[in-house]
Parts: sequence; structure tokens; C-alpha cells
Amino acid sequence: MAGSRKTEMTDRDVLIIGGGPSGVAAGLELRRQGVTRVTLLDREPTLGGATRHCLHSPFGMREFGRVYIGAAYGRRLDREAAAAGLDVRTGHSVVSLGEEGVVTVTSARGVETLSARRVLVTTGAREMPRAARLLPGDRPVGILTTGALQAFVAFHGLMPFRRPLIVGSELVTQSAVLTCLTHGARPVAVVEAGPQALVRAPLGLFPGLMGIPFWRNTHITDIRGGSRVEAVTLLRDGQPVTVACDGVLLTGSFTPESALLLPTAQGVDPGTGGPAVDQSGRGRNPLYFAAGNVLRAVETGGWAFREGRAVGAALAADLRAGDPVAGPVIPVTHDDPVKLVMPSLLRRDSGMAAFRDFQVRFRHPASGVLSLEVDGREVWRRSGHWMPERRVLIPIPGVALMAERVHVRFR
Amino acid sequence: MSSPADMTSPAPASLPPGPVFDVAVIGGGVVGCAVARRFALAGAQVVLLEKGADILSGASKANSAILHTGFDAPPGSLELDLVKAGREEYLSIRDSLNLPLVHTTALVCAWTDAEAAALEGIAAQGQQNGIGGLALLTAAQARGRVPGLAGHLAAALAVEGEHVIDPWSAPLAYLTQAVALGAQVLTRCELLSGQFAGDWALLTSRGQIRARTVINCAGLFGDVVDQRLGCVPDFEIRPRKGQFVVLDKAAARHVPAILLPVPNEITKGIVVCPTAFGNVLVGPTAEEQDDRLRATVETETLRALLDHAARIVPDLKGIPVTAVYAGLRPASDKKPYRVYSRPQHRLITLGGIRSTGLSAALGLARHALDLYAAFGDVHVPPASVPAVSVPNLAETRERDWQRPDHGSIVCHCELVTRREIVAALNSPLPPGDFGGLRRRTRAAMGRCQGFYCTAALAELTAGRFATPLAVGPQGER
Repeated sequence: MAGSRKTEMTDRDVLIIGGGPSGVAAGLELRRQGVTRVTLLDREPTLGGATRHCLHSPFGMREFGRVYIGAAYGRRLDREAAAAGLDVRTGHSVVSLGEEGVVTVTSARGVETLSARRVLVTTGAREMPRAARLLPGDRPVGILTTGALQAFVAFHGLMPFRRPLIVGSELVTQSAVLTCLTHGARPVAVVEAGPQALVRAPLGLFPGLMGIPFWRNTHITDIRGGSRVEAVTLLRDGQPVTVACDGVLLTGSFTPESALLLPTAQGVDPGTGGPAVDQSGRGRNPLYFAAGNVLRAVETGGWAFREGRAVGAALAADLRAGDPVAGPVIPVTHDDPVKLVMPSLLRRDSGMAAFRDFQVRFRHPASGVLSLEVDGREVWRRSGHWMPERRVLIPIPGVALMAERVHVRFR
Repeated sequence: MSSPADMTSPAPASLPPGPVFDVAVIGGGVVGCAVARRFALAGAQVVLLEKGADILSGASKANSAILHTGFDAPPGSLELDLVKAGREEYLSIRDSLNLPLVHTTALVCAWTDAEAAALEGIAAQGQQNGIGGLALLTAAQARGRVPGLAGHLAAALAVEGEHVIDPWSAPLAYLTQAVALGAQVLTRCELLSGQFAGDWALLTSRGQIRARTVINCAGLFGDVVDQRLGCVPDFEIRPRKGQFVVLDKAAARHVPAILLPVPNEITKGIVVCPTAFGNVLVGPTAEEQDDRLRATVETETLRALLDHAARIVPDLKGIPVTAVYAGLRPASDKKPYRVYSRPQHRLITLGGIRSTGLSAALGLARHALDLYAAFGDVHVPPASVPAVSVPNLAETRERDWQRPDHGSIVCHCELVTRREIVAALNSPLPPGDFGGLRRRTRAAMGRCQGFYCTAALAELTAGRFATPLAVGPQGER
């Protein structure tokens, strides 16, 4: 142990954790702004993050002016990172984050600690697994998420089931259906607990168009299977239905991959599940920044890329300013049907902003008036029917930066 | 369901006519593993039959991983003696087997005045049971040890000796030692019937096995195995289901000790305790059922467990769930262990180990050997005992990811290395199914529950499991 632990002390400016779209974009932007010593860590063998196993979603249109599918986008990120002079270290898993910007890492070489003036967390998001959803029943082989299925297909040429039941109706659900159909599996049905698909029509019609039943108001009440999934019992419009299947494919319900932050003093924001950041993407601990899907779970790769670039620019400005920002934070709170507001902090002395808008999402469908209050005074309002998993943007007014408190109200 | 041959491990081979074993152990749970080790150490030729695809497939896969002192065991009971003996032996052998011991303390937490009044009786019982390190604490003193305990705590009883161990590596180590001493382990081998005529002819799903003595460690099927052997069982198994929730490692700092409720007649109650792997465990429930195979989790019950945890340690509210599981405890129609010997049939039954089996297993094994002495067989213990150790999975000790040249990390949540996976697959007791690999390595046991690593594991384990992770190559049906 003593022989394997190394502390590498350099004058590193920024350590980026996670080489998906947001992490690479931030690194490119930092380099473009003249920040010299930037290290990018990724635990996988190549860059790209979740885009590596996405076989269907096109990436890169807005950032690179052409379309890439799956691993090709990651290879483009690899090339861009190398050309920009980023110190890229793949195969490096971060184990813990220290309060002073010292990060513990394991790789094939063993354990080492890396330090930097600032740490940028771009660890992305993942779908919530069966356990965290508290799904009932047996726990056999064959229950997995879209991401895991795509890894079976993209990296190993394998299939975990032939007749899965698919749960969810988000954007990723279509990718799940398509992955099945093009790789030798025929979903028995797609089920959604709510009264309608979470993606917009006509995408919500997609499973039906492919000849797969789409059942709304349907949730799992039992999963059966001794060793592999054999059947699932559903409550469909209040009636129990049992369907034979050999797998359960859980889609969506993305959650930030913020495990590294949970044990730190700054923790995670209860709404977003990711680190609380200010308008520059800076955490409660001002040595830490974050960008991309770790902030609030899933947006597209392109969105994450742009967010990474914006936070990269804000971070470069922060480094130019010298000492970490030490001023007080202005909390941004919200009423209950609102699931999250990001950023959930503001700082008066934040410097360059990365976010012009509050990103808001709802927990469940709701009708009413959404408004922004700055020190109790309404500065923005809109009424409507609000759906979960849909992004709502509220401009961050300049006056909010002078405030004591900012609140997103719902009536 | 058909599975391509290249994905599945072959069906277990039928057994060629073999030797007459000294001892056949029925059941590869924690008790069977400990018994196999004890008899192998005594010099007996041992065969262990497990009907599952891997050891620990029944009751032993789901427990609260506490090494009990016996402070609350019925005074004068066999259970108390065996828990104490088992614990003592665990403490003496754990270093050589590389098994962890997390020095937690248990706090029996009283949440009402009535419960607080009961603590003195529990302490007196503990003293009567010969357990040291008991201390009655005020609520303030208890909070000195576990600051996060909820405000309505009335009082607590500290039991210093209650520790947490790795509930799967321990039996694996016992059986690995037995194998090193020549024991044979047969998985996917169900006992169907037996004929006794001086020695036993056992008919199994893999053919006939002969043994001089049978030791029934069949857990949830203890009574059934007695019946299949032509003996009227002295007890009836009444499965008791326990559901558990495992909280994210972020919870661990809030729960530095085992938090026990004041027990009632039926169950020790719902425990909130640290695990050797750095999580926090909440459970088990105690639900009587007839089914001996299915142990389902139920959403409402899991939610109630989460609520319970947050009620006694409010900081646990909102901490993500890492895993959920349920297990069946082999309770019987009476509370005591159902342990008896039939010398005329050379059959020893270790039944009704409804709880505390992990703590008592080594004691039960010694007890079985004592009962066996009456059968008159004499064995010569091996001149030397081969050194055996199992990989450490506990966070309190060095893990493989902390050492150089581990290859790469396969499971990022639990930091399981490729080298660990390969070592488990090539070990003397390789996993027979995915659960077995998870228990041996922690792979896919973390917060993402295999989101990232399942596919890689499917490839690494192709051809190894009775139920493979992949049903076949993509694009073929």
C-alpha cells in the first residue's frame, strides 16, 4: 500500500472529472481561454461518456457541424481533446473528493492523489435502477436499464433478453425500443405509470407505431422469476394483468451521478440530486464547479456540451480573478410541485455567469401559475399546464443578484 | 426458455460411482459451510450437497451481517451456547482467513418510557448470559455515541461486543478451507431420497452418493430433508420473510453503531446498522409465509423501512437507496434451535436456525462434531492445515483497487477490479450464478446496481453461470 500511493503535486489549474460532452467541452473552452494545465479524467477506456453506447441518438450537429452516432462522437471528442492539449487520462476512477481540491484516484497503476486549483465535476447521469425505484417482486437476472442494455449491445455484442417489458415513456424509451428491435429482441409492451407519455407527441406514439402495445396508467405490482424474469404482473387501469416476459427494461428516471459529492461537506441539492451550484456553475465549496447532466440529470448531449463550454468559460474567468470566491450565497428555493431549480444558488460576486436562465422541472403534471419572486416581489410569471421531464426556463434577472432570497412559486 | 449453449454453463454432470464419504452435509448455507470445515479439520472425508447453483442460495444470502454476542438469547439455551462458541471461534480464525470485523457497538434503543423500563431486564438477561460490556445509557449519553439519533430517544443499552462482519465471505472462507482439506462440493445437486443400511445411499438430482453419516443443514428445507431421508422430522419449518433496504454509503457517517430496537417475543425487530461494505442496512421485517422459495420485496414495506430509518436517525431522510432484498429465515413451529442426533440412523439435524445462524454457525459445527462422536467413527486430523484466505471486501481494510496492477475497475460503484473478478471465477469455489459473483466480489452491488458493469460482466462470465447474464448474441433469436 505504502509503495503504491503517490501524491502528484503539480501546478495543475483544473481537474475535470468525467469525459462526456460537458467535461470535454469545458476542457476545450478552458484551453481556448488560455488555461494551460488542465487534466481530464475518465474511468472508461475512451471519452464520450453515455454517448459511447447510444446507438441511435445523433450527436454533434451543433458543436461540430455534423452528425455522429454512438462511439464515433466519443472518438471526435478524443481527437478534439488531444488537439487542444488536454492532459487526458482514461481508465482513471475517482474514489473521493477532498475539501481542498485534492482528489483520490485509482487506475491500473494503483492509487494516487491529484490536486488542482479548481475541480470540475462532469460525471453525468444514469437511469435509476430497480432497487432505488423500490419495485416489488423477485430479484432475478434480466432487470436492467437502457444504458446497461446499450452497453450489452454496443460493447459486447450480447443481448440480456428477447422479450422484455419496457417501463417508462421518456425520450430514452424510444432508444430502448429501437435498440431491442434492431438487435433481436421484441418488447412485449411499454408501460407508463402516468396518464400519458412523458415525451411529446408524435414521439409518444412511437411504440404503437412499431406495433408494440403502449399502456398508460400501468405500473408493476410483481416481478416473478426464480433465476431469470418469467413474468410481470401489472396494474393496468386498476385491473391486474400478468404478462410473460424474460426481462424488464427500466428506461428514464435519470439521476445525477453525484455519488462522489454525497459524502462531502457541500453534499447534493435535494431537488436536483446534483451539486448545488451558482450562476457560474460553482459549488458551495468554491473550489468545485460542475456542468452537464450531473447538475439535474438528463438533457441531450448537445445541451451538456454547451453547458460544459459555458461553465468552462466561467471557470477560466474565475481562475483569472485569482482567489476562490468567498462571498455569501443567495438561496433559490421553490414550491413543491416544482421538482428542481438549477442553479439553486446565486452569488453576488460570482463573476462571469454560465447560466442565463433558471432551469426548472416539475415533479408531476400540474396546472397553475409559475412565478419568480425576488425578495418577495414577483418579477416573472407564466401560467400553464406543466409536465414532468420538460425543461422550463426562467431568465435570471440582474436584480436577483442583489437579493437576500429568490423563490420559484407555484400557485 | 432456451439459451444458446455458449452462454450457459453445462448442466451438471452425473456423478460416477464414487467412494463412501464419511460425512455428507446437506445444504451449502452458512451452517453447512461451517460444518464441512469442522469435519474436514477433524479428518473426515466430506461431501457437501447444495441444490442451488451456488452456495448461500437460501436463507444465508439475506441476513443483517451482525456477529452477535448472545446478550439477548434465551438464558440456558443451546442457541446461547452456540452463538457464544461461534463468535469466539470467528474471532480466533478471522485473521488467518482474512475476514473482517467491524468494531461497531450495538445500542438497544428505547423510544418510549415503557421500552426504557424494559432495558434493565435486557441488561440483566445479558449479564445472566455472561456477556460483558453492557451499559445503560441516558439519551444524552447514547447521542454522545450516535449524534444523529432522533430527539425522542428515551434511553439505550450499549452492548460493546456486537460487531458487523461480511456475511458471505465468512461462509465462503469456511468452505474454501474444507475444500483445501479435500472436501467435495456439489452444486445443483438436490437430495431426493436416502436409504440407510449401515451407511447412507443418497439419491440426488446428480445421481447416487454414499456416505456413512448425513448432517442435515438444509435450512428452509430442514424438515423436508429429514422426511426424504425417511425420518419423521421433529419440527416444521415456518418461513419468516425479512425485507431489507440498503442505503447509500453517504448514510454510513450517520450510523456508526448497530441500532437495535427493544425486541419482542417474535423478532429482534428492525435493525439500522452499518455494513462491512460501508453502507447502512435497514431491516428485516418479520413476515410469516408458507412459500419456501419466493421472497419478494414490496414497495410499501420498503417505503415503511425507509420511513422507520428516518424516524430514528432523521439525517437518513432522502439518502438514496442502493439495494433492496428479501430473504426467508428458517423459523420453525417452536422458537429454539431444532438440533438433534439420531445415532441409529447416523443422522444429525441442525434445524430451525431461524436467526443468529451467521453468529452460531461455527458453534453449531463444533456441536455437530460432538454429537458425531457418539457414532464411534475415528478420523485422523490432517497433520497440517493448508493456509486459506479469501479476498477482503470490507471497506475497513485494504481492497484490491488500492493495490497496483489491478487491471482496471469493472464495477465503479464498488470499485471491483478485473483482477478480482477473474480471481473469483478461477477460485476453488467459483460462483455458480450472478448472485454468487456479486457476493464474492461486490460487483453490481453498488448504487448503480450494474448500470455500468453488467454488460462487461456478461462477457467475462460467459459459460460460467447456470443462468447467464446474456441470453445470446445480439441480432439472433
